[in-house]
Amino acid sequence: MSSVDMRLACKPADYKSDIKPIWCPGCGDYHVLMSFTRAFAELGLPSEDIVVVSGIGCSSRIPAYTNCYGFHGVHGRSLALAAGLKVTRPELTVVVASGDGDGYSIGGNHFLHACRRNIDMTYVVMDNHIYGMTKGQPSPTTEPEFDTALSPGGTGLRPFHPLVIALASGANFIARCFSGEPNETAAVLVEAIRHPGFSFVEILSPCVTFRPDEKEWKSLVHTAPVAATNDPAKAARRIMTDDGFNIGILYRGDRRPYRPAIGAASVDLSELEKDFEL
Amino acid sequence: MDERDLEERDSVSVAIVGSGGAGALTAGNFLLEAASAAGWQGLLSRTVGPQIRGGEAAALVRLATGRIECLPDHFDLLIGIDWLNAHRFGAEIGVGPNSLVISDPRGGEPPPAIAAAGARVVELPMKEMAKAIPNGRPNMIALGVAARLLGLGVDVVSALLEKRLADKGQAAIDASRAGINAGHEAAARFDFAPRLAAPRPAGTRRWLVSGNEATALGAVRGGVRFAAAYPITPATEILEWLAPNLPKAGGVLLQAEDELAAINMIIGASFGGTPALTATSGPGLSLMIEALGLATAAEIPVVVIDVMRGGPSTGIPTKSEQADLNIAVYGCHGDAPHLVVAPQSIGDCLFTTQWATYLAEALQSPAIVLSDQFIGQARAAIERPADVAFIGQRARATDIAGAYKRYAIAVNGISPMAIPGTRGGQYTADGLTHTERGIPTSGERDHNAQLDKRRDKLAQFNFGAHWATIEGAGDLAVVTWGSLTGTAREAIGRAAEDGVAASLVAPRLLSPVQPERFAAALAGKQRVLVVEQSHGAQFHHYLRAHYELPSDVRVLNRAGPLPIRASEIHRAITQWR
Repeated sequence: MSSVDMRLACKPADYKSDIKPIWCPGCGDYHVLMSFTRAFAELGLPSEDIVVVSGIGCSSRIPAYTNCYGFHGVHGRSLALAAGLKVTRPELTVVVASGDGDGYSIGGNHFLHACRRNIDMTYVVMDNHIYGMTKGQPSPTTEPEFDTALSPGGTGLRPFHPLVIALASGANFIARCFSGEPNETAAVLVEAIRHPGFSFVEILSPCVTFRPDEKEWKSLVHTAPVAATNDPAKAARRIMTDDGFNIGILYRGDRRPYRPAIGAASVDLSELEKDFEL
Repeated sequence: MDERDLEERDSVSVAIVGSGGAGALTAGNFLLEAASAAGWQGLLSRTVGPQIRGGEAAALVRLATGRIECLPDHFDLLIGIDWLNAHRFGAEIGVGPNSLVISDPRGGEPPPAIAAAGARVVELPMKEMAKAIPNGRPNMIALGVAARLLGLGVDVVSALLEKRLADKGQAAIDASRAGINAGHEAAARFDFAPRLAAPRPAGTRRWLVSGNEATALGAVRGGVRFAAAYPITPATEILEWLAPNLPKAGGVLLQAEDELAAINMIIGASFGGTPALTATSGPGLSLMIEALGLATAAEIPVVVIDVMRGGPSTGIPTKSEQADLNIAVYGCHGDAPHLVVAPQSIGDCLFTTQWATYLAEALQSPAIVLSDQFIGQARAAIERPADVAFIGQRARATDIAGAYKRYAIAVNGISPMAIPGTRGGQYTADGLTHTERGIPTSGERDHNAQLDKRRDKLAQFNFGAHWATIEGAGDLAVVTWGSLTGTAREAIGRAAEDGVAASLVAPRLLSPVQPERFAAALAGKQRVLVVEQSHGAQFHHYLRAHYELPSDVRVLNRAGPLPIRASEIHRAITQWR
């Protein structure tokens, strides 16, 4: 079957599981799930050849809601788990789903090294600037003055800038999306998955329960005024100076992905013990 | 010395001491390799401080006519190239009244412990002798001395130089040979009786291998094709052996950013169907524990080598201990049964790691291999270990019709695993309590059913005779584990020569426990001597928790770094009152 025929055969519903999501009504993550299934259908990939890997948190529930293979692992380590999978099974499409707590706080170190390693996978962070599953504690992207039970009066800390960090660490594709625009988000995900190397897609996905103020994001987001650049210096300037609601593909790099050879033995196993023979 | 005064022995030992960089370890390695080329078996343990350069270093070499698996109580010969830092580990290098100590007068005074032991001290100006040779080095003088006194031909050592120093050029070879010759000649005047008896004819091919290298080869033979690595003493050699060799077998090694990443990488690779391994030591194992619970819950086979070192915390990175038993067996939160095995010698590192890989794959469980610094970093000249047929084979779900149940309650607890790419097998592996289909639940019924499944698949498996080493007779059993197995075996052998019978029971399989097999091994025993290198007697408490012991139990336990000697076990056996 040609890829064109496959694509005709695929509908977003083919990528949805029969498990009902456990998310609050109005959660942005419903739309992200919709974007996932639309992107997979657009790519025409057999669902058994896709693996969605996640950590812990509201957003990390997403694998089981797809009809793909999934791994819902421990908190913060999804990128490492995905690296081991993709390096040994390069023919699979690997998408990693995370949130701002899982990805930027407990998983922060893995984020740096995944960007640097540049393995061909797509990293989607659903950023709502709050820990939702544990009921409203500040995350690395929470505004300094935001008041919570764990940070009375606010953290006073400057928020983490994930896109700048991704760029500095070597991510090969960087985009920002808004969950309320599932078609646009799906289109970006298609490009992210197709782009060789490590693609980072930050999706602003409101938490209407602990951050009702984020309902305003709908009116704040706007399409990036210029096309993606492949110049890291230009991308850095744009990302660092934009208002945080600039939506679209912001950087497309051309670094070669890390893909070690795997599969065929070049020697008989008995050769390996020659080192030890007297 | 007159040939008639020589005393032929089955084993002799030498320690070569110098400050870091003096070349003591190089000399020890040459000595071991030359002796093995001549047909003897042997063991080289290095003892070093934490410094990379400029600390203390000693090569502890024991050569023998047959199998040798532990260091001696006392070294027959101790050569001090210098004594600058020797006081730091004086106690680890035992000398006795019959020992000969050769000391360079320009290398400082031998530590007081040596004089106190009554050893004979003679002087040899090794540094000065080396200076007389262009590019000469005192460690080669020491090597020549040791070769002469132990009865090794200078030609064997010279032949080895050609091989090992080929890339350093002829000048280096000539300088080393001149040094060895000078040492060999100078040693003629020393009065040293022990001589190694002629080697027994070797039955098979011979290997020179470290425990860490044997571990790595065992993993590859068992089917491991992916490794994730974070460097840590004393496990790094496993990773450094795998890095170039795994690709030859069609596999790959990734260097991870930390141990958390390493364990999760291997879980990801194994989820994809590739048998996978990481190697670490105590601090790394501590970091990996959360994900080991995930691998247990999600039933993902992985192999984790823990080359134990002194703990807790950073502890003594370069010295051996057996104090990670508790974390390996009980470290996970929740009820998380998994495999724990321990190799018993350098050669056994190959078997046990290969077996662990096989067991992990067969049982879809993490397997922790508890090696230690002593067997991990020591090198041995041994007979080539026999080939074994253990190759990891995972029950795979391939032709899937209808709703796939990844965690189906099967008779033996082992449910066939679909790997990504298999149509109809899509499921989400999860650390959350799940149903047979893998769907998260917080229900009592599924929680208990899956806990039972994971317990029973281990409990019902037939591990066969490999579960333990059981040898000897008598109403006294020495119960030990890991690298102390060889030491206990030697002590029991000596006791037998004294007419005191004792048996050896050393479990290779530490988890799941085997109560029936253990009871059978102890049938008729009135007395048990537990031997372990742990300050808190962890193994003793583990035995008490899981097994029936007779009323007369004694425990010989000590923290590292001072190894438990065969003489101590021998004394405990023969002087039991």
